[in-house]
Amino acid sequence: MKELMSGNEAIARGAYEHGITFASAYPGTPSTEIMDAFAKYDGVYAEWSPNEKVALEVGIGAALGGARALVVMKHVGVNVAADPLFTVSYTGIEGGLVIISADDPTMHSSQNEQDNRNYARSAKIPMLEPSDSSEAKEFIKIAFRISEEFDTPVFLRSTTRVSHSKSVVELEEPEAREEKRGTRYDPSKYVMVPAMARPRRIEVEKRMDKLLKFAETFSENRIEINDTKVGIITAGMPYNYSKDAFPDYSYLKLGMVHPLPRGLIREFASKVEKIYVVEELDPFIEEQVKAMGIEVVGKEVFPYTGEFDPGIVETAITGNHTGEYDPSIVETDITSNGGVGTDLPTLALPSRPPNLCPGCPHRGLFYVLGKLNVFVTGDIGCYTLSFMKPLKGMGSCICMGASIGMAHGMDKVIEEKGKVVGVLGDSTFIHSGITPLLNMVYNKSNAVVVICDNSTTAMTGMQEHPATGFTLQGEVTKKLDFVKLAEVLGIENVRVVDPFDIKNTRSVIKEELSREGPSLVISKAPCALLAVKQKAIGRTPLTIDPDKCTGCRACLGLGCPPISWKKLEDMDIKIEKKTKKQDGIAIIDSSFCNGCTLCQQLCSSGAIGEVVGDE
Amino acid sequence: MNESVKSVLLVGVGGQGIIRASDILSAVMMKAGFDVKKSEVHGMAQRGGCVSSHVRFGRKVYSPMAKEGDVDILVSFEKLETLRYLKSLKTCGKVIINNEEVYPPSVNLGEAEYPSDAIDFIKKYFKDVKVVDAIAMALRSGDKRMVNTVILGVLSSYLDIKTSVWENVLEESFPPKILKGNIEAFRLGRGV
Ligand SMILES: Cc1ncc(C[n+]2csc(CCOP(=O)(O)OP(=O)(O)O)c2C)c(N)n1
Repeated sequence: MKELMSGNEAIARGAYEHGITFASAYPGTPSTEIMDAFAKYDGVYAEWSPNEKVALEVGIGAALGGARALVVMKHVGVNVAADPLFTVSYTGIEGGLVIISADDPTMHSSQNEQDNRNYARSAKIPMLEPSDSSEAKEFIKIAFRISEEFDTPVFLRSTTRVSHSKSVVELEEPEAREEKRGTRYDPSKYVMVPAMARPRRIEVEKRMDKLLKFAETFSENRIEINDTKVGIITAGMPYNYSKDAFPDYSYLKLGMVHPLPRGLIREFASKVEKIYVVEELDPFIEEQVKAMGIEVVGKEVFPYTGEFDPGIVETAITGNHTGEYDPSIVETDITSNGGVGTDLPTLALPSRPPNLCPGCPHRGLFYVLGKLNVFVTGDIGCYTLSFMKPLKGMGSCICMGASIGMAHGMDKVIEEKGKVVGVLGDSTFIHSGITPLLNMVYNKSNAVVVICDNSTTAMTGMQEHPATGFTLQGEVTKKLDFVKLAEVLGIENVRVVDPFDIKNTRSVIKEELSREGPSLVISKAPCALLAVKQKAIGRTPLTIDPDKCTGCRACLGLGCPPISWKKLEDMDIKIEKKTKKQDGIAIIDSSFCNGCTLCQQLCSSGAIGEVVGDE
Repeated sequence: MNESVKSVLLVGVGGQGIIRASDILSAVMMKAGFDVKKSEVHGMAQRGGCVSSHVRFGRKVYSPMAKEGDVDILVSFEKLETLRYLKSLKTCGKVIINNEEVYPPSVNLGEAEYPSDAIDFIKKYFKDVKVVDAIAMALRSGDKRMVNTVILGVLSSYLDIKTSVWENVLEESFPPKILKGNIEAFRLGRGV
């Protein structure tokens, strides 16, 4: 049966068809839907681990116990998991182990666009890269076969376009696959002390040798000979962009990007006159091919940054490039997409940045923080959006968990006390905030940490985590208590606030800033989307009385989507001016107001009230 | 270029049902016997950002998105967003516009103007422009949320696919409770 599937759904389906029953992951765009889909198949175990390092260690444990384990994360998650990663490459496994790295060229929803093919090379782990959903489903199966045959972890690399685009997939029946589960004592393989690691290190090189030979005959590394004037070496989604732009050229399409099939590359080079290497981000294939002494054109004409599309590939190959790398050319290629289009004038259009939802609990907290004279070291999650105008509630965002360590470091170096607040979400805190919080106690910090506890992992689509009380597969479980945890870590000042109460939130944070020693404030209220899902809101939408509004704009300072500004001159009805300077009034679109009352608390003229009747 | 592949680009604002519409369009094209690929950017759609979704179909489709200047039909769920994506169209490309305005934050705060002459501007550069009041039609079918189905109906009259294929896919896409309204919304759109 044929079905349209996203790359992520296809990876989950492929794992299921291959009889995989064990998976661990931490959410992160563009990888998240793999687990969402996999967890729903019959007879599988799937868990959200607290972070990627734990997810990988869980997968390694399962693989040493004889299972075929799937571990899923976004590209930056591999940084977190890098420590076990580099050594499981030495030990190998008993069952099978495949790690999915979902990279994000263009940073559609990430803080950087690192190219994780480099991890495959430096950790000496083979890596496959599918170009569409059908390949994604097939390659996950091949990845497990390679893992078993060569006793190695295997990477499957996806990119946002592969993960999030849909294409036609032929569904197959799942195969039950036997596993020899159990434990086996083998310290020479699994206890990586120097004396044992040294011989394993040699095994790794032997394995790479075998994989090199495998790559030469691997059927997904394939030569397509057509017009031999130009040959293109490529892999993953850029293969599609290239085929779209140049269907008549010859291709070496690599299904496996590490290790590279050197013999096959030489063979291809001998058949075509000029070679282009088409790859997004780093010149990963290009540099290796050049090191073989083969002349190819790569980053001289292609951008280093951002994802490609057929237009970028077309301009790079046909365009007037000097042969020198010229960043300005690359810039224009990216912004114009290299297409022809019509001779449309460029328009200056108001942008549409994402915003916190109406009724988002983060809004009240960051409204308060933005108005205090403090530096807020922030973190990654929905709340990161609060750095924008008008809230301006956050001053930094580096990586998950960084807020606490940074707050502590900053507090140590600036003279004035009570000036630094570290803020992070509940899922982020559990991911990598507990150890730095302990450090604040141990090393006597004076900074304040705020956990925005909205009872979910909102940014990536509402995943459960250890403080929600539910597992990925919907089982009830223990719920982490942040207050108790903080007490055990040795934090003496722990406060819980309701971020929908502006006054109290402000006074509690101010109090904690003036105190000696580290403080933890838990800003607790469920995510607005979660509340809708649980039908738990029951709040009444608000409206503004135009005859009472003085046009002071206080409510606009919340940046709440339903609140807008209307100039008096644009009004259909005549409004009496309340002050000499008044030039407009604020309006609430009650149809999508959530009734959270923040604006009402800020309105000094009492103009905001509940909608009455079915207005 | 691969001339036999056709590209439709659906654009608008989070919450307008664009992803759903592009899923339905893709399923219809697959049922009609084409190879189909679709690709969208929706990272923060739920939070009011822009949404765009490419649907491409033909005998064999490689890239899931069209290069700039290569889209055959631009289907815009929001007026301002039409302007943002005009450059993606072929010179002879067709435009379907839902006559709805959703103000971005800067306009809400009175810091920027919402373009007032969007439709005239578009008509200056493109011959085949259809503006529809999809909200009114959706309301006639019983629910404002069926705007996306109305627009699919309008789009269907540009594509040579039998009504029965469309309606089969609609049947598979909606629960029985809201199916009737959606079929009606689709027919209203198709009749425009
Ligand atoms: C190492 C790493 N893993 C995953 C992600 C993706 N990611 C970004 S924010 C986030 C969690 C956000 O949840 P939370 O901290 O609870 O804040 P919320 O979005 O709910 O406000 C995740 C998983 C990432 N950026 N980096």
